[in-house]
Amino acid sequence: MATMPASASDLLKSFKLKTKQQELLIRVSILCLVYILAFITRLFSVLRYESMIHEFDPYFNYRTTLYLTENGFYDFWNWFDYESWYPLGRIVGGTLYPGLMVTAVLIYRILRFLRFAVHIREVCVLTAPFFASNTTLVAYFFGKEIWDSGAGLVAAILIAVCPGYISRSVAGSYDNEGVAIFALLFTFYVFVKAVNTGSLAWSLASAFGYFYMVSAWGGYVFIINLIPLYVLVLLITGRYSMRLYVAYNCMYILGMLLAMQIRFVGFQHVQSGEHMAAMGVFFLMQVFYFLDWVKHMLSDTKLFQAFLRITVTSAVAVGGVALGLGMVSGYISPWTGRFYSLLDPTYAKDHIPIIASVSEHQPTAWSSFMFDFHILLFLFPAGLYFCFKRLSDATIFIVMYGLTSMYFAGVMVRLILVATPAVCLISAIAVSATVKNLTVLLRSKNKVVQTGSTKGSGGSKSSSKALLDQSQPFQKNGAIALLFGAFYLLSRYATHCTWVTSEAYSSPSIVLAARGAHGNRVIFDDYREAYFWLRQNTPQDAKVMSWWDYGYQITAMGNRTVIVDNNTWNNTHIATVGRAMSSYEDEAIEIIRSLDVDYVLVVFGGVTGYSSDDINKFLWMVRIGGGVFPVIKEPDYLVNGEYRVDKGAAPKMLNCLMYKLCYYRFGEMMTEYGKPPGYDRARGVEIGNKDVKLEHLEEAFTTSNWIVRIYRVKPPNNRW
Amino acid sequence: MLASPALSDLVLSKVDRRIYLTSHIVRISSTLEVENAGPETVSKVLLAFPDLQAQNLAYLMASPHEAKAKVKVSVVSFPIDVVKPEDMPPGVTFYSVSLPQGLTVGASFTFDVLAVFTHALRPMPEQIGQADIQLVLYQDSAYYLSPYVVKVQSLSLKLLDSRIESYTTLESTKVQGSEIKYGPYENLPAFSSSPITVHFENNLPFAIAQELVREIEISHWGNVLVTEHYKLIHGGAQSKGEFSRKFQGPSAVRYLVAHLPPRAHSVYYRDAIGNISTSHLRGDSKKTELLIEPRYPMFGGWRTAFTIGYGLPLQDCLYESEGRRFLNITFSSPMIELVIDTLIVKVVLPEGSSDISAAAPFFMKQWQETKISHLDIVGRAVVVLEKTNLVPEHNQYFQVYYKFNRLSMLREPLMLISGIFFFFVACIVYMHADTSISKFSASYLAKQQWEEVRVAIQQVHNIICRCLATHDKLEASLRDLSRTGEVQACKAARKSTDGLLKELSKELKPLMTFLQSSPSAVQVLSKVEELVAKERELLEKLMAKHSTAVEAYEKKSGARDIENRIALQQQKITALRQEVDDLLEFIDEI
Repeated sequence: MATMPASASDLLKSFKLKTKQQELLIRVSILCLVYILAFITRLFSVLRYESMIHEFDPYFNYRTTLYLTENGFYDFWNWFDYESWYPLGRIVGGTLYPGLMVTAVLIYRILRFLRFAVHIREVCVLTAPFFASNTTLVAYFFGKEIWDSGAGLVAAILIAVCPGYISRSVAGSYDNEGVAIFALLFTFYVFVKAVNTGSLAWSLASAFGYFYMVSAWGGYVFIINLIPLYVLVLLITGRYSMRLYVAYNCMYILGMLLAMQIRFVGFQHVQSGEHMAAMGVFFLMQVFYFLDWVKHMLSDTKLFQAFLRITVTSAVAVGGVALGLGMVSGYISPWTGRFYSLLDPTYAKDHIPIIASVSEHQPTAWSSFMFDFHILLFLFPAGLYFCFKRLSDATIFIVMYGLTSMYFAGVMVRLILVATPAVCLISAIAVSATVKNLTVLLRSKNKVVQTGSTKGSGGSKSSSKALLDQSQPFQKNGAIALLFGAFYLLSRYATHCTWVTSEAYSSPSIVLAARGAHGNRVIFDDYREAYFWLRQNTPQDAKVMSWWDYGYQITAMGNRTVIVDNNTWNNTHIATVGRAMSSYEDEAIEIIRSLDVDYVLVVFGGVTGYSSDDINKFLWMVRIGGGVFPVIKEPDYLVNGEYRVDKGAAPKMLNCLMYKLCYYRFGEMMTEYGKPPGYDRARGVEIGNKDVKLEHLEEAFTTSNWIVRIYRVKPPNNRW
Repeated sequence: MLASPALSDLVLSKVDRRIYLTSHIVRISSTLEVENAGPETVSKVLLAFPDLQAQNLAYLMASPHEAKAKVKVSVVSFPIDVVKPEDMPPGVTFYSVSLPQGLTVGASFTFDVLAVFTHALRPMPEQIGQADIQLVLYQDSAYYLSPYVVKVQSLSLKLLDSRIESYTTLESTKVQGSEIKYGPYENLPAFSSSPITVHFENNLPFAIAQELVREIEISHWGNVLVTEHYKLIHGGAQSKGEFSRKFQGPSAVRYLVAHLPPRAHSVYYRDAIGNISTSHLRGDSKKTELLIEPRYPMFGGWRTAFTIGYGLPLQDCLYESEGRRFLNITFSSPMIELVIDTLIVKVVLPEGSSDISAAAPFFMKQWQETKISHLDIVGRAVVVLEKTNLVPEHNQYFQVYYKFNRLSMLREPLMLISGIFFFFVACIVYMHADTSISKFSASYLAKQQWEEVRVAIQQVHNIICRCLATHDKLEASLRDLSRTGEVQACKAARKSTDGLLKELSKELKPLMTFLQSSPSAVQVLSKVEELVAKERELLEKLMAKHSTAVEAYEKKSGARDIENRIALQQQKITALRQEVDDLLEFIDEI
């Protein structure tokens, strides 16, 4: 009778997984769920709108990807694009980071090979979510490397839904950052792994990770400066080891050689000021190793001290002289404006208006930190505390990554993206360590209760816990309360992230949606209406002039040549367009004719109340135009330092080309009930110049909500 | 072919022509009464069109005249061929209609001819402003062009509304509202003609599909997917001058209406740059009406391109006959009043179809291609049909016959299943495969040794567990003793457990020696040894307790007395047991 249940329980036991297996199972299933979650939380825009490419830059990436799929890699590499920067053109292969396109095409080819007849657009749309999912895996392994697998899991979960990362990786956001964050984190993880193990294989992997990063995004400069900085800190803190030597040297040399294969980067690793830190640290490392060897050989410490002094001084001197010579001879290029503006946030505002004009280059507002990080913002210092408490090579790295990237995130809004993985990892350490401590308290107490009758024979561990227990009577309740608090915070985080993703980061910005009068959703599809009109109803070789924001979209969707586009490499060309837009019509027509323009496109939100239109961007055109052509003066367009379009506006403002093109025939239009005709809903004023006459241009097309207006340049009048 | 006397033998005793100019497609419906005045039976009648008209002729059908019959009889059309009889004036194209039965001498026969022309209306002026109305010009002959003598004839032109700019006035011309009448004229010789021109307002959208590619994909899982790629142009008067949102433009193409089959589902409407959100779908049991708006209103000369797609239930279009399946679906576009310059219909049959043939009601180019779609290995057979100059009258059913084995349907799911299966197999192989390059490196060897140690520890763990199980048996026997008082049974139990434990300790010995000798087991050895020692201790205590209890029973001591004696031992045993369990848990997690 007694044997029956015993055998049954044996059977059960044989099925029962061991604790370790259970843990593995839970860990793998959590990771799988996080992987899926990271993917599907980025699909809001696909469900709400459609599977489409978002924003501006992704359209260029999409266009180049299309070109790559159709013409193959070598044609892509040698592609000279006549459709952008007319009449200059663009050497596409040499001026882009091809990583993203090659990745997308590779995925596309693999799927095709497996006989899934997908369209390249679908691949492009889903590339960013796919890489976000992969990033969660890397975050897990990274967390495991620097702390433990618990922290790794938490990091994976945090980064899967963190709005700071989602903002750049929703479905359709087919931009370099989508794959670059994966590459960045992967490179860092593998490098830390290499430092921890001293294994050549891992440092080789980090060199390849770095290569992928270089091929994908200009942000690789962050890696090539952070890693030397980290190595330097390790050297200073006396944590130099053979492992570090192997990891850094292999990574730097191979990574540099590989990165030179990307044409856009070329020889910058040996020629540009931004990459010199890495080279300096590389040589320093050799000196260090040499000194170490000498120290090993010399037994006399005094002699060694003297030798050290001489070597270090001469090494620094030689390095300084080499750098100085390089700078003077122009072999080493000085830092670029973008780099300066990172180190000095006010630099761009004073010197390069074109960088300052981009909204994502603005310094970050405190609220957007809160918006993008939520609870991570105060978990971050807590995590730093834990890292400092258990200092190791790996935690030093994550601390440095966290601190530097937080600084950069404060300088530029878009760099929140770079800080996000670090913040997630450090916060994950905080969460994991806290929860672990609390649960250990809870569990040990249970044991104490169980073995309470045999207090005397209990092990030393449990007795010490029991002692602790006596000193703090409400410890268990406190721990439970704290645990609940932690879970409450984390659940708030999850809801916040979902809300932010759905409300703020999932609109394609090509299609605008608004609530109608009856609560129904109204869609303004004006951009595509205009671009498709261009594509179908203008000559194949028509040149379109617009502000540079719309350049990529016009070439990708309208398939027409543009004068300037979002690749803002030529300030003069952009300034010329800015000058044309801010001149009187008869002056502007000279510039327009000299640029061989056939159509002029402006974006106007006065009918719908769409605020990011050309009138609101106009001051930047004036500034950028004025930066190159002093004829254009900003005060001419302002009245007492105020920018206005109504009756009180400056006369130059009321008669410049941009004003005319936006408000042509607008004066007769009733936009809102109870308001006079010509009431601009975006700025909430009645316009000042209602009787706009155009002489050299004529309206060719206006979209149904007036958001995009296209004008045709009339041929010159016949002379007789 | 036809002897020329035969021509003059026939006489058209009455010709009644009605020209419908109510859209941009011109339809001429004529009723001909033909009489055989010759000596022989005639079975063919010639229809003549001037070359200028003939090149725009899209559709020509002759059918028996229904004398005001309201009931729609299924129209039987007569075969029509292009012929080139000799001795005929140049600039005229002839079509010969085969009558159902030969016309005997003196007999007469009445039939209807429907001719549909595209591009027959010429906009005049050719360029108009956005707000202007569109005027078009139509040219024809007031007399019926025929190789036969026409006895009585009349012509009427039906226009859209009464705004007529100008028209040619001949004798007996009447205008009644939106209708212009010529005739009747009597006894005109063969090939007599008198040109007329009508210039009138026609603001109907001149929607012309320059190219339409229809792809019909059959899936035997229950769906027929139709995808139609349109390249549309507004073929009316060219738009000139400035654009303005203020004017609607009377002749602009604002929307198009498509009549889809009744159970059409998954309808979409998009173009090269994405979805177009301006469409409406209404459906009832008879039809599904799809109203689509192009992205922008199309003025004269403007172009657009878009794609619509929809699914149809398989049972609505696929049938079986004589062991072959056939698809029965409409040939042309579901759009109403659309002229199609070039139509390419591609029928994508499922992979593995064979014995393919297509049957269409009119002549067209035909060839076969292959298309590689989801999970295809050799590709799907595609029947391609091409025809130019189509009007809505061409929207007739056509058939594609093919043979298909139902088992082939399972091919793709099986491929998927086996793909996933092989993926798992690959994972398993990878997990079990030894992929390290050097088999003698220190780390590799250490790893292997550690693996062996783990196996040994696992075995130790198992043995201790079994020991504990025998301990439990011993305890159980004690409980039995206290219940039944059978000392002998208890002793027997003790003996058997003794034997078991001995065997177990024998098994334990080699394992322990292995662990002690192995260098990788150093960290865990102490724990294992502690475990074994604790287990020994526990066993001794248990045995002692057992002996005391049994002794006490043999001495017939009181129950309370036994309890007291055992109590102290029992406490130690529980404590030890707890420790052993803890250790076991620890070792289990190595």
